[in-house]
Amino acid sequence: MKQEFTLSIYSENHVGLLNQVTTVFTRRHINIESLTTSESAIPGIHKFTIVVFTSREQVNKLMLQIEKRIDVIKAYVFTADEIVHQEVALYKVKTESLLNGNEIERLVRQYGARILEVTKEYTVIEKTGHKRETQELFEKLDHFGVQQFVRSGRIAVTKLKEELLSNYLKKLEKEKSLLD
Amino acid sequence: METQTQTSTMEAKEMKKKRMSGSEAVMQSLLHEGVDLLFGYPGGAIMPVYDALYHYQDKLNHILTRHEQGAVHAAQGYARVTGKVGVCFVTSGPGATNAVTGIADAMVDSTPLVVISGQVASPLLGTDAFQETDVVGITQPITKWNYQVKRAEEIPEAIAKAFYIARTGRPGPVLIDITKDAQFAQFDFEYKPVNKVRSYKPRTAVKLDKVAEAVRLINLAKKPLALVGQGVVLGGAENELMEFLQKTGMPAAWTLLGLSAMPSDFEQNVGMLGMHGNYGPNVKTNEADLIVAIGMRFDDRVTGNVQKYANNAKVVHLEIDPAEINKIIYADVPVLGDVKESLPMLTDMVSKNNHEAWLSEFKACDKIETQKIIQPELFPAKEGLTMGEVIRRVTEQYSDDAIMVTDVGQHQMMASRYFKFKQTRSVVTSGGLGTMGFGLPAAMGAKLGQPERPVCLFVGDGGFQMTIQELGTIFQTQADVKIILLNNNFLGMVRQWQELFFDRRYASTELINPDFQVIAKGYGIATEKVTERDDLDAAVNRMAEHKGAYLLEVVVEKEGNVFPMVPTGASVSDIRLE
Repeated sequence: MKQEFTLSIYSENHVGLLNQVTTVFTRRHINIESLTTSESAIPGIHKFTIVVFTSREQVNKLMLQIEKRIDVIKAYVFTADEIVHQEVALYKVKTESLLNGNEIERLVRQYGARILEVTKEYTVIEKTGHKRETQELFEKLDHFGVQQFVRSGRIAVTKLKEELLSNYLKKLEKEKSLLD
Repeated sequence: METQTQTSTMEAKEMKKKRMSGSEAVMQSLLHEGVDLLFGYPGGAIMPVYDALYHYQDKLNHILTRHEQGAVHAAQGYARVTGKVGVCFVTSGPGATNAVTGIADAMVDSTPLVVISGQVASPLLGTDAFQETDVVGITQPITKWNYQVKRAEEIPEAIAKAFYIARTGRPGPVLIDITKDAQFAQFDFEYKPVNKVRSYKPRTAVKLDKVAEAVRLINLAKKPLALVGQGVVLGGAENELMEFLQKTGMPAAWTLLGLSAMPSDFEQNVGMLGMHGNYGPNVKTNEADLIVAIGMRFDDRVTGNVQKYANNAKVVHLEIDPAEINKIIYADVPVLGDVKESLPMLTDMVSKNNHEAWLSEFKACDKIETQKIIQPELFPAKEGLTMGEVIRRVTEQYSDDAIMVTDVGQHQMMASRYFKFKQTRSVVTSGGLGTMGFGLPAAMGAKLGQPERPVCLFVGDGGFQMTIQELGTIFQTQADVKIILLNNNFLGMVRQWQELFFDRRYASTELINPDFQVIAKGYGIATEKVTERDDLDAAVNRMAEHKGAYLLEVVVEKEGNVFPMVPTGASVSDIRLE
């Protein structure tokens, strides 16, 4: 059964790593629903957050292939209930459509969105939330004509009490000193 | 007092550092890694490295091949027979792209290589400069690791890391791309071997609970079958394998790359798995109640249809690469780790057993195979020479101690079936990638790696012509390679498939060949051509007695087929005998 998974991949910060990670997906024809990269809390370690829609078996194989890349430190897979996640969406609408009645204002309030910039010609609205919520706002705003719409990739942190990566790095140090 | 000590340590450190160019640092780094032989081909972007090599010729023996593909295959041959890391130099652009086939071959067959490619000067990167290609991008999916060096200071660490990654864990090829300006730049050289990389875990400690579970299954099994792969050879676990097999008494079949991991005549050795393997191990895979896979990866040429593979068996999988577990065949008990470590743990705990009745079932299969296939192949009643009888004659000549090198195709399967092995690391063949043209350069590399052992190359007339220019390298190095050219004037394996599955439509498989005798003579290589059965025996004797490279061309039957055969999509137990 296919379902949504969020992958947190930690790597060294080298040129070309994005390509190394994404080819693992493309070679197996697995679509990346969203992808975000940033620094992690640990200096020098980079974090990829990738959302895929696939089976548990397939995602487990993916994780092993990703971890096989030498510069990847560790990869974790989560289902939605194991993480707190967020996306941000921007909507550009004509300012004049704001002026005709108060429907857009109502939507902005209702969806907890905010207005980032207003010029004579256009207005930029921002909303953070899950994909379903930002999509819903898009559909409602689109009645008034959305000129541009963009949604970021997912970012996520785990709900776990322990920090998986820090613990893994500590364990690694211990194991390696034992093997030496 | 303290300051004094500090100063003297610093002085000692400075003493260890020596100012030199990036190119000389490449030589020094290779010497630190114990390299004494390497293969390559010069060109613009790697010229500073070759200039440095000029001053190190007494310590580093560089073999100039005739093509970069030849350099990489030769390094593979060298690595496979020695267990050391094969090393190559290639230039940027076409030099690097010519190396790609060999690198991909080494990746899929887990062969440790360090390929050093020259690159255009760093200010030119990304400008489509002359002979610039994105070789790091191109080789990313076919290397275990690759890295571009743009500053001379990075060279020692990059090379140290390259060797560490290439030879540890599941071995593989590493490419280091060095820009020309980094080769020229001067810096203070200091070499520190690498034995730790934070993001890389070459091996896992074997888990006792998994061993215990595996032992329980092995002790319970009535019909266990061991599948022996190259992991045994790569881990140097041949003795550990024998002890395990002798104690459990279970039959053992080898994969193509597992050949020579145990002696051919070991009584529990039931032959080769896979598409053109032996009848017994294929059929009995589906009757076995336990599969013990040892350092192998269930390639599709081994499994046939996976839905119909070993359905009566539990699977114990001993493997160093975590990504191989459950990739193709679900492992009831995965035993992660080096087989050199895990096998003795199993041997210690399993009960002494024998499986005579089960082994005799394999013998019954052998009888059928001998009668239907082996006998007619080795002792043919028909007029034309068969590949099998030539291989049999050659293997007898060398009483099992030669290294068998093959190219790819019918002769490869025939040689794998009929060549006999006494010692490990006696096989050099392109398994996973199936690279035609692999054989000739790989045989030369193997001979240079093991000069004391006879090296027999079996090659077809198709693959021979893919890297035939390496006869020039063999001539120049005087490498004593015995080349047995099995000439059927066909791309035989493709032709066989056309015969069986494409209704004999022989599209572009028949070859009009040059006179190979004249070609060999042109390269100064002793040569002989055999067309009649009666001449074979004496010809093989003459080849063996000749000191130096020898081409023995044997004209074999034009439309011979390799059997048995598991057709694509069929189950291993549906193996065809005709």
